[in-house]
Amino acid sequence: MGWQHFSHGVSVMLEIEIDGKKAAVPEGCLVIDAARQLGVYIPHFCYHKKLSIAASCRMCLVEVENSPKPVPACATPVTAGMKVFTHSPLAVEAQKGVMEFLLANHPLDCPICDQGGECQLQDLAVGYGAGRSRYCEEKRVVFKKDAGPLVAMVEMSRCIHCTRCVRFGQEIAGIMELGMAGRNSHAEIETFLGRSVESELSGNMIDLCPVGALTSRPFRYSARGWELQGRRSVSPHDALGASLLVQVKQDKVMRVLPFENEEVNECWLSDKDRFSYEALNSTERLLKPMLKQGGEWQEVTWNVALDYVAHGLKDIAAESGSDALAALTSPHSTLEELALLAKLMRGLGSDHIDCRLRQCDFSTDGQRLGAPWLGLRLNEIADLDAVLVVGSFLRQESPLLAQRLRQAAKGKTKVSLLSVGGEAPFIRLDTSVAVAPSQLAAKLAAVLKAAAEEKGASVPEALRDIVPCAETRRMAAALLVGEKKAVLLGNVASQSPFAGALHALAAQLAELTGASLGFIGEAANSVGGYLVKAVPEQGGRMFERPMQACVLLGVEPELDCADGVSAMAALKQAKTVIVLSAFKSAAALDYADVLLPLAPFTETSGTFVNCEGRVQSFQAVVKAAGEARPGWKVLRVLGNLLGLEGFEYESSEAVRDEVLGSGAAFAAGLDNGMQTKEVVLPVAVQGIERIADIPAYFADPLVRRASSLQKSEAAATPVARMAAETLKNLGLTAGDKVRVRQGQGSAELLVVADDSVPPSCVQVAGAHLATAGLGRLSGSITVERA
Amino acid sequence: MAILGSIRPVLTAGLDGDKSWHLQDYVARGGYEMLKKVINERTAPQQIIEEVKKACLRGRGGAGFPAGNKWSFMPKDRDFSSGERYIICNSDEGEPGTFKDRDLLACNPHAVIEGMAIAAYAIGANRGVNYIHGEIFELYQRFEEALAEARAAGFIGQNILGSDFCIEIHAHHGYGAYVCGEETALLESIEGKKGQPRFKPPFPAVKGLYGRPTTINNTETLAAIPFLLKMGGEAFFKLNDSASGGTKLFSISGHVERPGNYEVPLGTPFAELLALAGGVRGGRKIKAVIPGGVSTPVLPGEVMLATRLDYEGLAEAGSMLGSGAIIVMDESVCMVAALERLAWFFHEESCGQCTPCREGTDWLYKIIHRIENGAGRAGDLDLLEKLTRNIAGRTICAFGEAASLPVQSFLKHFRHEFEYHIEHKTCLVPKDVQWAGSTFHTGSASC
Repeated sequence: MGWQHFSHGVSVMLEIEIDGKKAAVPEGCLVIDAARQLGVYIPHFCYHKKLSIAASCRMCLVEVENSPKPVPACATPVTAGMKVFTHSPLAVEAQKGVMEFLLANHPLDCPICDQGGECQLQDLAVGYGAGRSRYCEEKRVVFKKDAGPLVAMVEMSRCIHCTRCVRFGQEIAGIMELGMAGRNSHAEIETFLGRSVESELSGNMIDLCPVGALTSRPFRYSARGWELQGRRSVSPHDALGASLLVQVKQDKVMRVLPFENEEVNECWLSDKDRFSYEALNSTERLLKPMLKQGGEWQEVTWNVALDYVAHGLKDIAAESGSDALAALTSPHSTLEELALLAKLMRGLGSDHIDCRLRQCDFSTDGQRLGAPWLGLRLNEIADLDAVLVVGSFLRQESPLLAQRLRQAAKGKTKVSLLSVGGEAPFIRLDTSVAVAPSQLAAKLAAVLKAAAEEKGASVPEALRDIVPCAETRRMAAALLVGEKKAVLLGNVASQSPFAGALHALAAQLAELTGASLGFIGEAANSVGGYLVKAVPEQGGRMFERPMQACVLLGVEPELDCADGVSAMAALKQAKTVIVLSAFKSAAALDYADVLLPLAPFTETSGTFVNCEGRVQSFQAVVKAAGEARPGWKVLRVLGNLLGLEGFEYESSEAVRDEVLGSGAAFAAGLDNGMQTKEVVLPVAVQGIERIADIPAYFADPLVRRASSLQKSEAAATPVARMAAETLKNLGLTAGDKVRVRQGQGSAELLVVADDSVPPSCVQVAGAHLATAGLGRLSGSITVERA
Repeated sequence: MAILGSIRPVLTAGLDGDKSWHLQDYVARGGYEMLKKVINERTAPQQIIEEVKKACLRGRGGAGFPAGNKWSFMPKDRDFSSGERYIICNSDEGEPGTFKDRDLLACNPHAVIEGMAIAAYAIGANRGVNYIHGEIFELYQRFEEALAEARAAGFIGQNILGSDFCIEIHAHHGYGAYVCGEETALLESIEGKKGQPRFKPPFPAVKGLYGRPTTINNTETLAAIPFLLKMGGEAFFKLNDSASGGTKLFSISGHVERPGNYEVPLGTPFAELLALAGGVRGGRKIKAVIPGGVSTPVLPGEVMLATRLDYEGLAEAGSMLGSGAIIVMDESVCMVAALERLAWFFHEESCGQCTPCREGTDWLYKIIHRIENGAGRAGDLDLLEKLTRNIAGRTICAFGEAASLPVQSFLKHFRHEFEYHIEHKTCLVPKDVQWAGSTFHTGSASC
């Protein structure tokens, strides 16, 4: 339970003294923060700058003049003329006393405890405790708890009841999954009955826990903190681009921790960022170049492989024209990889390169004024008066962006969500509307119309027949108040078959209300892909024209594309498929002709441009495994072999500087505008409509192979989710086995009842082998008992 | 019902046991006159607060904080547009040895209701809650009935007696936690959360129930209000010759002939109250008295016999008036066993939030348990004293002091018994003396 400890408006400055040092600090500032400003560290456990105040550990007790009792520095606001003593006899006695009490029931596990060497209790015991404890009684025991495959709660006897984990769930993750049950020294931190810890941010509790009670299950017993070298990197997953501290032992990535970056990820990481490293050491790593000859795969040297590729591409270009060459690249690739692949393809005369794998509506190609981006900086979210999020599974697409919205919603920001249901965002929403995907545009149009009517502006002709409901009026009203507003389009919107209409409507709404327009972004380099033109200039859909040669960079088309079935069909009829990937999958062994081992982000230098346009470069943190090579180097050599001009780069930085200009902290060329904003409202789908969420742990090849993440609830095999009403109309009950069909494909799934799914819709996750056969991620779908 | 006697009673005057609690009985005794007067005459709220201050009415729950002062902490703006303002009656009565509030609720619940309504008027509250501990569930039900009677008669609700004064009063029962008697833990409990105290500041008058301005008073304090106003603050003050006004209900238990509740003016000598309660049972010698609930320091019997029952008298004697729960112990009590029971209570009831209390009460109990069971060690008594100094004053709420003072006082006055236990591994008071007259022990060797 926190309390607003800053007064509104201009802060009055108060003169205080800490340990004899004078300072002026704003009224409302806490003693512990004032001390930190002065360079005085006050020992603490339960206090955390991002969480509410508990004041329960009592470690931060300090002496204040005129107070007979010591006061907790974390809960005491400064007063004028206050004199604080953090090392007086009273303060020292209090600190030693509290430390002795903490150690009373704490098991002497240091030699076998993962936290040893990076343990706050150890550090503060040495710094502020007495030399020995006088406790010679039995210690109470707490039994282990099951919190899932990521957070280990095996030795809960070590818990010192700081309740950071409890407050983290309540305040940051938005869902309370741990609580302190019981009373007195038998109080225990537990999960709710029958539940484990499932939040996509749960790994942060490992960082928060000051002792070895909550530890990392994947990392357990594998290394000591002091054996690890920490190297900085950037997350290759979502468009937020969290700063990472990758910890390495003997050239192997052992663990990933957040690198504090207040502007981007604050001090947090999503579980995907934190635990995907296990994939780096997967047995599925592709370690040697391979060539398919006579139907048999053979390991070859790089020279042989690249020669084959160069000849293959040249031959096909000569035979069938450069139009028959295509490249698909993952938007999780580095900027340098994207840039060089684009340069390569265009050097060969082909415009057919795309990194927007899950998009299926390209009607805005040729209309855009710049690279689509978030439209504002991440740290401006808290200042917004209102934000409307359209078409997003927020917690899957960008957990830390969702977290920022969650905090903003506690303040003055009115957050509204217009989406397709199926996910509780754990945000205090001002208004929430869930509709079928094909009705998203109509609903957004209703918000636009409501805003126009409210403002007395003219209503676009196409919206003439739309009647806004109470909720859409409310959404519009929120956007018409205040100075700073934003309309954000999520991945459901950008991957929708009506993405163009949604973009146009959102752009009009933003203009009318004075809000900024933005895109949450699908991947670490979605913005980067546009900037380096890894998208076709002349627009168009990749798989609609026959291709003879296809280069796949970090892509597993059966799972990563908007229509995996079409993608696979197109690849099958191509003469040659060249795959650059860190992994070899069974599917790739089937459709590919060449497999070139790519270094993943930890084994290459590179750059990601996040949704803010922030240019974040990084170095390799470990040597490339086997014969894997950084993608930019492979493409550079390939460019040389193909005789193309301008492939003389000596470093990845040279590539980056060429495409972005040197020294830019933020990329130029970001613009969400469009030349025309004409809207054609889509026709609603008849019958049952598919909603395809892309679960976070299926979204890219790296996370799919992270073993611990794959064991979590969120990575369970897809099911068919429908509202109770829909189930009733179909004559089904939860637990039934059904066959769902789309086009030529089908899948057998279990039925789950979920009333957050809009009526006449079924939510079937994409990006999974179980559902890959369904092809398209949208449209009508049939459901029948299996 | 256990109101067994009184000297010039006020709150319990004119009661027919617990049979005269209904509204018509209360009105027949002059009840709700003051509420009517205050509303009809549009008495200035500040004037009521002044009367309470003049009366020097100190909180009857245990802390003894002057009620008038507490009432003036509420924000003066009386602005209900931003939300509710609350008057809370603390009937949690968890302090062991205290059972006066339950009798007030059983015998005179309307005095509590009228007191709450007048308090609400004075402090600008529009909602009241009486938090009644769950162990007296029937009395919670009775209070709900009394509320229904008061509502039907128009004494609580909206626009009372045609004025624009509104006060909705609800009853809420607890689920069995001593710590919920702490005012902020009580608020957390009403809010549906774990009854864990909040750190202060912010204080309830600024940020209380659901973050709104709130005043919390004890049952007896609120029940005294109508009587206080009727006779006037000064007359209330002069009801006794003590430094604070009024009478007090004392719950006297333990080794007395007639354990029960007695209402006497503050300042009454303990010897007089003891006589009223029939003296020490069986004419035995008084050994020790806990004067104000188990969280107050114990006093040797002779000291207590020379003490007047008011805040100053007990403070001078080295203890506190507290809740007025007097536990008399005669010479058959082994003080180590008694302290063990108290230490067990505090360990059990600690909410577990803050380190010194959670770990400290556990540690204290373990040491005292060893001493009682013949496993005491040489340094134990010094360790006990040192530990209590690391607990008291270091905790979020006064539980730290509550758990520490008994240990300190038992060691101060009865150290020889503890030393005997450690050296001889058995009680100083022989077992047959302990068990004589006890209906509990039948002579077996184990305790």
